[in-house]
Amino acid sequence: MTELLSYGFMQRALVAGMLVGLLCGVLGFFVILKRMSFVGVGISHSAFGGIAVGVLLGIEPLLAAAVFATLVAWGIGWLSRSGRLHEDTSIGILFSSAMALGVALISLSRTYQVDLFGYLFGNILSVSPSDLWLLAGIAFVVLSLIALLFKEFLFLAFDEEVARASGLPVSALWFLLLTCLALSVVAAIRVVGIILVEALLVIPAAIGYQLARGYRTMLCVSVLSAVAAVIAGLFISYFFNIAAGATIVLTLTVLFFLALLTARARRVVAVRTVVPAARVRPVA
Amino acid sequence: MKTEALPIVDVRNLAVEIDGHAVLWDINFSVPAGSFLGIIGPNGAGKTTLLRVLLGLVTPTRGSVRVLQRPPSQLGQGAHQIGYVPQRLEFDPRFPVSVRDVVMMGRACCLGLFRFPRREDWRKVDESIRLVGLSTKERCRIGELSGGEQQRAFIARALCGETKLLLLDEATTGLDLPAQHELYGLLQRLRPQLGLSVIAVSHDLLALGVHADNLICINGTTHIHGDPHMVLQSHQLREAYRCEFDFLSQEAQEGAAPPR
Repeated sequence: MTELLSYGFMQRALVAGMLVGLLCGVLGFFVILKRMSFVGVGISHSAFGGIAVGVLLGIEPLLAAAVFATLVAWGIGWLSRSGRLHEDTSIGILFSSAMALGVALISLSRTYQVDLFGYLFGNILSVSPSDLWLLAGIAFVVLSLIALLFKEFLFLAFDEEVARASGLPVSALWFLLLTCLALSVVAAIRVVGIILVEALLVIPAAIGYQLARGYRTMLCVSVLSAVAAVIAGLFISYFFNIAAGATIVLTLTVLFFLALLTARARRVVAVRTVVPAARVRPVA
Repeated sequence: MKTEALPIVDVRNLAVEIDGHAVLWDINFSVPAGSFLGIIGPNGAGKTTLLRVLLGLVTPTRGSVRVLQRPPSQLGQGAHQIGYVPQRLEFDPRFPVSVRDVVMMGRACCLGLFRFPRREDWRKVDESIRLVGLSTKERCRIGELSGGEQQRAFIARALCGETKLLLLDEATTGLDLPAQHELYGLLQRLRPQLGLSVIAVSHDLLALGVHADNLICINGTTHIHGDPHMVLQSHQLREAYRCEFDFLSQEAQEGAAPPR
């Protein structure tokens, strides 16, 4: 184990995994409460178009993906907010078009040296020092914004109409949340890939939602389960020689079903303790 | 003293069109500071649109609207002086926020962006919860409260800013009659205590008629405006409501006759 941790690639993978777990755990909190998981799917898949643009223009694919995913996120926000289309329709149109553009551009570029499989399914063990810096930068910006505007985002998630009526700049906040989501998705692509990134956004927060009664606990459980699953998945991947993206997501799935069973057991215990008390009262 | 004499809400010749359809026209009324105005009218009469105009969420097509002596769109920081209780929210009952957390949302606008709640904000939150009589439930999850308790929590949230004007949209929907009177009774007690003006919208004229100082009956336009006794006895009220009853009975008898 100590020998494993002495490898540079493993150290970088662990740091990257923890940063992405932290980011997705926090953003997932809002994804679950504002019911925007399909927005996450749309943004992650559209990032493929950005990666293709990056490959074609010879710029860092993840940087291009960050810009592209942010633009698509704003497009989704603009189309659904302006009342022209339902949100799910605008996501369906934009993400499939962005993916198609990605496929077209990759075919045009005629260079197949780029690790497309790595972008689609993640390759955490190949995180480079420059990737790590990009990731740390994204994590710092996104987490600072969320921390500073947490009360506003929570109000937006709970009751958008009253938030708007009380004078909060709801549209600006919504676009900012979409931008944070787009940047976090791009950060997570290195770890679990475009196809599986949605799992990191949704499952940890869903675990928190099952177990917690208050939002502070939900946020903590969400972040802890995301970070724990990334670390556990990484080691399982190393020892059993399975793709890390898949082991991370499968670890999260196991954690989710354990959380579901715990929540159900708690409800059964709660009902059993209330019912006998109710039966006793009329007799007394 | 001069400000006290000015109406807290003043609406003149208001007209609103949405997607080319006239929703409101020739609406005129004013609300003296400290009074309780009830807005009644049948379903689809434009009551909620009128409230949304006062909140600055809908822009009037014509006419002038002044809330706290300013057009609603220019209230800016003054928006936190208006408390809003919307139609009963269809929120997720498992949304993980306590009554205290919900009421704290009412402080968000007073605090401003990028600021964290301080001790005095939490004190204000606890004070608002005490005013609506929910202190024993302040740690409960909002979804665990009864309908009436949830409405009281939302009133506490609306009172948690520096509220001078409280707007309620069908706040008693889904509540039984005693719970409705309890809610309006609570507003009557708080009004002098906090120097509040209240505007409540409801399609249920009876409960509102008992508590409001003035009633205004609208169905697209102002049908009648005055004290509840006069409004509830007037033929214009029956006219405003009967439009709908006549249309329904005629339609039932004759097939699909269009309304006149």
